[in-house]
Amino acid sequence: MNYNWNWGIFFQPNPMGTGTYLDMLLSGLALTLKTAALAWVIALITGSIVGVMRTLPSKGANWFGFAYVEFFRNMPLLVQLFLWFFVLPEILPRAAGLWLKQLPNAPFWTAAIGVGFFMSARVAVQLQAGISSLPRGQKMAATALGLTTVQGYRYVLLPMAFRIILPPLTSEFLNTIKNTAVAITIGLLELTGQARSMQEFSFQVFEAFTAATILYLLVNAVVVTAMRFLERWVAIPGYITGK
Amino acid sequence: MIEISHVNKWYSPTFQVLTDCTTNVTKGEVVVVCGPSGSGKSTLIKCVNALEPFQSGDILVDGTKVNDPKTDLPKLRSRVGMVFQHFELFPHLKIIDNLCLAQEKVLGRGHDKAQTKGMQLLERVGLKEQAQKFPAQLSGGQQQRVAIARALAMDPIVMLFDEPTSALDPEMVSEVLDVMVDLAREGMTMMVVTHEMGFARKVANRVIFMDRGEIVEDAAKDDFFGKPRSDRAQKFLSKILSH
Repeated sequence: MNYNWNWGIFFQPNPMGTGTYLDMLLSGLALTLKTAALAWVIALITGSIVGVMRTLPSKGANWFGFAYVEFFRNMPLLVQLFLWFFVLPEILPRAAGLWLKQLPNAPFWTAAIGVGFFMSARVAVQLQAGISSLPRGQKMAATALGLTTVQGYRYVLLPMAFRIILPPLTSEFLNTIKNTAVAITIGLLELTGQARSMQEFSFQVFEAFTAATILYLLVNAVVVTAMRFLERWVAIPGYITGK
Repeated sequence: MIEISHVNKWYSPTFQVLTDCTTNVTKGEVVVVCGPSGSGKSTLIKCVNALEPFQSGDILVDGTKVNDPKTDLPKLRSRVGMVFQHFELFPHLKIIDNLCLAQEKVLGRGHDKAQTKGMQLLERVGLKEQAQKFPAQLSGGQQQRVAIARALAMDPIVMLFDEPTSALDPEMVSEVLDVMVDLAREGMTMMVVTHEMGFARKVANRVIFMDRGEIVEDAAKDDFFGKPRSDRAQKFLSKILSH
């Protein structure tokens, strides 16, 4: 292989005049983090609502939850992003479509929302499993005490269900971060996007993607560690994994 | 206090779990419901606070019709204490918080008032020192006593017990029964599904014997233990009293 290694490349100025190549990668990292954070908030909130709906005694709510999950998890993420980004503005009324297309940071919002909804279907399934794993008597006990359905979920079922699904939720959080890389296809200059442009400007493909890889690993290591702390923090004395 | 008239419940046209059940529990009365497993006794008691729906007939609790769609069920349930076979304490809450949750969220009691009430009841069931522990750190008998205290914290007008000692190790049965005997002697209205015939002999006013979803026998305690009228009740008694 005829390749000129140049690890010093990171400290050379990039052609955009925004500092060094390292600065370029770090700005990509910042965008990755921002996109992932917003996507995760969307995924957690909508996923929780849909997950709860799938466990309610109402047939309508079950049906909606089922349709939602199957819609968002059965289409490739890439296709979903394209639908949000290229197709949605065209099928909306003209004015709304135009407004969408001219939205500043459109790739960012599209990526966050697209990844968010995609991941929310997965969160919904996890939460449904967590709620279903609780003894039936828990809901009965809450009901028998006079708690309403909303209160029963808020104070009794969800605190336990979320504790139970924390480990798989960690995986979903990591997936959310990694999935933001798909946004390169709609022009979002997140970490993968910046590594790609660094390669195109400098031809140092190995250095660029080595750095991107390390940054992804670091971020995810931080998330995993934080989630471990969270697990320990909310552990219930005497219960399953508690001490 | 509880009037059950002609209650029928079925899961499918061929699977009827309750057939024309009629009985009542007057204020201050202790009624024990017994019968072989699958006889519908747990289902019947769960119909009283509408934890289980039924298809025809009426149940009135303190004059309020349970099966009326206009009835404020959470409010009604908050006045009916219920104790379950598997305790159903909320595992993520400390013992004292298990007692306070519904007091605060359903009855709207202030935190301090709820705590005071909770501590009084814990003292009454002999578990004051356990207030800051979590349910999983207590034995089965202790958990069930907490569950009774949790129900009492709502100042119920009637208490329902659904096989409160069936999931306990033998040496813990008496500590729970002692609490229930005290409660009965203080004049609490109680409907108790149990196989503990010693308890029935000690404090019951009436005994209801159920088999295959029907109330086969509904008699004063002495009549029931003296000479049950039905063959099925006689057979049942001879089996469980023979050792």
